Amino acid sequence: MLVRGVGQVRELFTDAGLVATRDLRIEARSRVLLNQVAPFALLVLVLFGFALDADQRTLRTFAPGLFWVTVLLAALLAVQRSASIEHADDAHTGLRLSGMAAASVFLGKAAAVFIQLMVLEVLLTIGIVVLYGSEVDNPVLLVLTAVAAAVGVATTGTLYGALASGLGARDTLLPILLLPVLAPVLIGATRSFDDALGAAAVDGWAWLGLLAVFGLVATVLGALAHGAMIED
Amino acid sequence: MSVVELRGAVALLGRFPALAGIDLSVEAGETVLIQGPNGAGKTTLLRLCAGLLRPTAGEVVVLGHDLTTERRAVRRRVALLGHSTGLYGDLTVAENISFWARAAGLSGADAESRASTAAGLMGLDKRLLSRTVNVLSAGQRRRTSIATLAVRRPELWLLDEPHAGLDQAGRNAVDSLISEAVGAGATVLVSSHELERVRSLSPRVVTVAAGMVVADSSSSASGTERDVGQGGGPGA
Repeated sequence: MLVRGVGQVRELFTDAGLVATRDLRIEARSRVLLNQVAPFALLVLVLFGFALDADQRTLRTFAPGLFWVTVLLAALLAVQRSASIEHADDAHTGLRLSGMAAASVFLGKAAAVFIQLMVLEVLLTIGIVVLYGSEVDNPVLLVLTAVAAAVGVATTGTLYGALASGLGARDTLLPILLLPVLAPVLIGATRSFDDALGAAAVDGWAWLGLLAVFGLVATVLGALAHGAMIED
Repeated sequence: MSVVELRGAVALLGRFPALAGIDLSVEAGETVLIQGPNGAGKTTLLRLCAGLLRPTAGEVVVLGHDLTTERRAVRRRVALLGHSTGLYGDLTVAENISFWARAAGLSGADAESRASTAAGLMGLDKRLLSRTVNVLSAGQRRRTSIATLAVRRPELWLLDEPHAGLDQAGRNAVDSLISEAVGAGATVLVSSHELERVRSLSPRVVTVAAGMVVADSSSSASGTERDVGQGGGPGA
């Protein structure tokens, strides 16, 4: 029984690795992240700067919130792209027939989105340092917050991407479905970044705890619910 | 032993009964041609047998599993060639075939060996293997799609218009693949409008119209064949 369980877990993660590798290979070849999503995200940062009249003190104060709003907007594109990979030529039917566990597909796709979000967050961090003059007070908190928030966004996004695809209106429906659910990530990550960037006196570690719980719950729920989402 | 057993099977697409009480029995190792007019229910029948649709009434047993409750148990053992290719456009032909081999549970050298064999069967040479699918012609994509199914060595092939878009060499490759699959003990259901071509592979022809089996050549000798009616004849 134990051996069978270990075998199933190994198969789960092997298949998830297969899906993640495939999605990242497709991304590396199509360069949607580098050529479209990243420029879009940096453009949003610049536009926020214009909107706030390029006052660096104001920008530094609001940098955490602007950063995470930008991440969420860019994440919508990444999630839509991830879902469209499966639906462009009905490959998702092949996945359903492959016998691969739905949880493996979910974890693989979420892992690929997570890695893309991390790349994006690195670029945006450089962006707020250069454009807004932000300074990193607590790099450990900053990195852990970025990771925990990216897990929450990637897993929730992958689940809702599959849901929106199943409803047949993914491009227009996804933001309406996803953004309200990600509000806790936006709030928690912004507060934690307030601390890490020295923008406000808050306990960033407590907010990081919230993000970690959100990420964990979203991962487990997503792995359990993804099967129902991809069925007709 | 029956590989496919449908008794009064009903399948709805929305509220529309795409299958309205189908009776069909297919034995192991058989090749069956499913024919009928557009909208007759041929594609829905194949998707139902693949476990992609849940029957809303009647009984559907495929490879020993009741599809009302055990659809997922069947899926890994069948291959469905639909109208779409199911390929990833930004991956090469070789990467696509290899991915689907690994997705079917094959690992390492086994997956590569089967991928190589399947590519050879469908006439995909080294030059094509290294190309991304996005730059292929429709026929080359179709061949690649069939190769991604062949790597799995399924027990039940469900082929929807397998010759569509293929040149003569591609059509011959599909015929060889079907013959080899049947020779290895697999069962094949082919939906096609290319009746003469498929009839050479399949002595049994089942005609579907309005979601029902209206004629079955295997039972016509015993006088059970019914009139196909308007639009249900060959080539309709």
